[in-house]
Amino acid sequence: MDPNQKRAKAVDRVDSVDTGAASSESTRMCPFPDEVLERVLSLIGSHKDRSSVSLVCKDWYNAERWSRRHVFIGNCYSVSPEIVAARFPRIRSVTLKGKPRFSDFNLVPEDWGADVHPWLSVFSTAYPFLEELRLKRMAVSDESLEFLATNFQGFKALSLLSCDGFSTDGLKAIATNCKNLTELDVQENGIDDLGGHWLSCFPESLSSLEILNFASLNSEVSFDALEKLVSRCKSLRVLKVNRNVSLDQLQKLLLQAPQLMELGTGTFMQELVSGPVTELKNTFSNCKHLVTLSGLWDATPLYLPVIYPACARLTFLNLSYATLRSIELANLLTHSKSLRRLWLLDTVGDKGLEAVGSCCPLLEELRVFPADPFDQEIFLGVTESGFVSVSRGCPKLRYVLYFCRQMTNAAVATIAQNCPDFTHFRLCIMNPGQPDYLTKEPMDEAFGAIVKTCTKLQRLAVSGLLTDRTFEYIGKYAKNLETLSVAFAGSSDLGMEYVLGGCPKLRKLEIRDCPFGNAALLSGLTKYESMRSLWMSACNVTMNGCRELAKEKPRLNVEVMKDEGSDDSQAHKVYVYRTVAGPRRDAPPFVLTL
Amino acid sequence: MNLRLNLKATELRLGLPGSRSPERNPELSLLSSSKIDENSHFPLFSPKSVVSRNKRGFAFSEGTLGSNTEAHIIQSSMAASVQESHCEANDTKQNHSNAANNSNTPPTKAQVVGWPPLRSSFRKNSMATITSKKVEGKSGASALFVKVSMDGAPYLRKVDLRAYSVYQELSCALEKMFSCFTIGEYGSHGNEKLSETKLKDLLHGSEYVLTYEDKDGDWMLVGDVPWEMFIGTCKRLRIMKSCDAIGLAPRAVEQSCNRK
Repeated sequence: MDPNQKRAKAVDRVDSVDTGAASSESTRMCPFPDEVLERVLSLIGSHKDRSSVSLVCKDWYNAERWSRRHVFIGNCYSVSPEIVAARFPRIRSVTLKGKPRFSDFNLVPEDWGADVHPWLSVFSTAYPFLEELRLKRMAVSDESLEFLATNFQGFKALSLLSCDGFSTDGLKAIATNCKNLTELDVQENGIDDLGGHWLSCFPESLSSLEILNFASLNSEVSFDALEKLVSRCKSLRVLKVNRNVSLDQLQKLLLQAPQLMELGTGTFMQELVSGPVTELKNTFSNCKHLVTLSGLWDATPLYLPVIYPACARLTFLNLSYATLRSIELANLLTHSKSLRRLWLLDTVGDKGLEAVGSCCPLLEELRVFPADPFDQEIFLGVTESGFVSVSRGCPKLRYVLYFCRQMTNAAVATIAQNCPDFTHFRLCIMNPGQPDYLTKEPMDEAFGAIVKTCTKLQRLAVSGLLTDRTFEYIGKYAKNLETLSVAFAGSSDLGMEYVLGGCPKLRKLEIRDCPFGNAALLSGLTKYESMRSLWMSACNVTMNGCRELAKEKPRLNVEVMKDEGSDDSQAHKVYVYRTVAGPRRDAPPFVLTL
Repeated sequence: MNLRLNLKATELRLGLPGSRSPERNPELSLLSSSKIDENSHFPLFSPKSVVSRNKRGFAFSEGTLGSNTEAHIIQSSMAASVQESHCEANDTKQNHSNAANNSNTPPTKAQVVGWPPLRSSFRKNSMATITSKKVEGKSGASALFVKVSMDGAPYLRKVDLRAYSVYQELSCALEKMFSCFTIGEYGSHGNEKLSETKLKDLLHGSEYVLTYEDKDGDWMLVGDVPWEMFIGTCKRLRIMKSCDAIGLAPRAVEQSCNRK
């Protein structure tokens, strides 16, 4: 038996830094030559499958690492760039995620970390031919962007989602230097917008762009430069402009790019109509390949109909920036029977959702965002009845994100019956700890119904008044659950213990403002190494509890964020994650690694 | 009938601390003293009338969460949100709401950090959208939201008057919105063609009348004027118990009392 077979633990596997793909013939278990094996394995895309492949035997481990072109790192601190570079010599594409998800909601202080620069430094020598970089919740500086633009000659695709620390100057560097750029996708970042000149920095020679998304940037870009860019990039298939692009300008762009598959419009309203509405309508009907539409800021009943000709082909319609009312949505949806994904603002109300239920039988994903989440006086938006209407008409729903101000257990039970295929169920009852508004009961049975009925559930976000019973249900029934988000819920340590004791596939657990303490934290001792991370903030965990966890589990990083002026014995924010890279070396003063 | 019955004191009415109580409500202060009865229709919330099944409290600022069986002192902004949640959620909340009312403290605008869980970029975008839409004032483009309260309901709603073109639509919408609160039934009059006068009949069936406050601060019965004029002058709506609607439109109210 080859003693090198079947390395089960990540640490052990990564420690073996073989360089040679050729193992000696006498110990070879695999009947194929390496080249064949690599060729076969190169067809495997999913990183989860590749991880499984690498566990089979040493030959497969080696063949896999040499054939891997894309590496996905879900937590940038779980591994170091050096380890990655040592194991995977031929990477062309990297996806890197940094901060815990709650940083999107301002729960993580600035300067927490997740700086991309150390990665870029290592990659510049290890992967000089790197082509793609996708970053999520990383700290990215202008210097890093400039470094990226100038050190990787063949660089093609940059995607920045929810990152912060850079400005449009960094984008200038990318536009200027990346001669083969195919993708620039800048979404929802904490960016310093110093103006739209960056777009004018694309050289005249650059015609390779396929994806350009600057919808979330605020400053105006030079329309002239944009128009020229769009007209010379014949392979452009995704264009998402920002709100400053007017309807007239959009018209011109669409004439240049009828091949677009995904379009994000600018403002969808104008004071003075220079071209007739029918012209715009014709332009939209000429975009025969359009399947995704977003933007639509300020869309009014006057202009919305121009998209009707394109609606029949749409599979994804993002109306989360358009304050439509029910009647406007209903009219729109009668043209959009092929929709698979729909994002809305809750201004459409329950009536609008009824229209969704009747017009979109193929719908798989629905997200309803609150138009006025912080105005506590307004009692508008959507209720349980809208959700039920959608569930009746859209049995194929698998992904829902729903913000509402009232919900009932009965409604959610009905929804679960109607849509048993949910994989992602994220319900946000916006008032924390709110019970079923009709029965005044906790919302335990609602989520109980979901986990019992929807056996494919991978992601769950709970809300409302919840006792430990909810978590008992989750632990017992949610066999496929990978991500769980909990806020203002639970009655005791038992709640968290139920989850950690069940949910065999749990990878990410994020908890805030719940009465879970040290006993709950420590009940997961044997589980955390099989998870990506645990976040607990404003719970009852103490420093001693965290120290105990850190002591028992040296391969976890147990990080506590100190809050100014809070009790020293309380662990205000706790972030626990598995890692092969040891404690962070770049932790700021307020982060203690125990 | 004495409109200052202590009935009112036991009605479940919630509101933002400092804004619902009569002395501080700017709209009510426009009313003449003869309308003082109106003020008694907006009583402060009385915790004694609440049956609290769940004393569970929760903290909203991080790090102050303690025992889950204790009720916590919370920022009065969350007392404001009580308006949207049900009374039974937390007895203490109402106590604090009343304390805030009684002590004339203005509502704090502090919110829970990071809640609801929305990316700040999204919130910025959408808030800007809402604001610009309200400011435009273009006909057909902007919404006209007015508050709707119902006697006996624990929170109020808002409706967009421009979403409807006739009284019937408004009536149906309100019916749906408040159906969970009516003890009587609105009934299914759906097949009848409703005229403006019949709206009052519909509501009379369940002991309520729909009234509105106009630009002059007077309370009128809904349905008296053409629709367009109505939405141009209506400032807020109120679903009032018929017996309390004395002085608004004697003819209609007498009919309602006769039917009871």
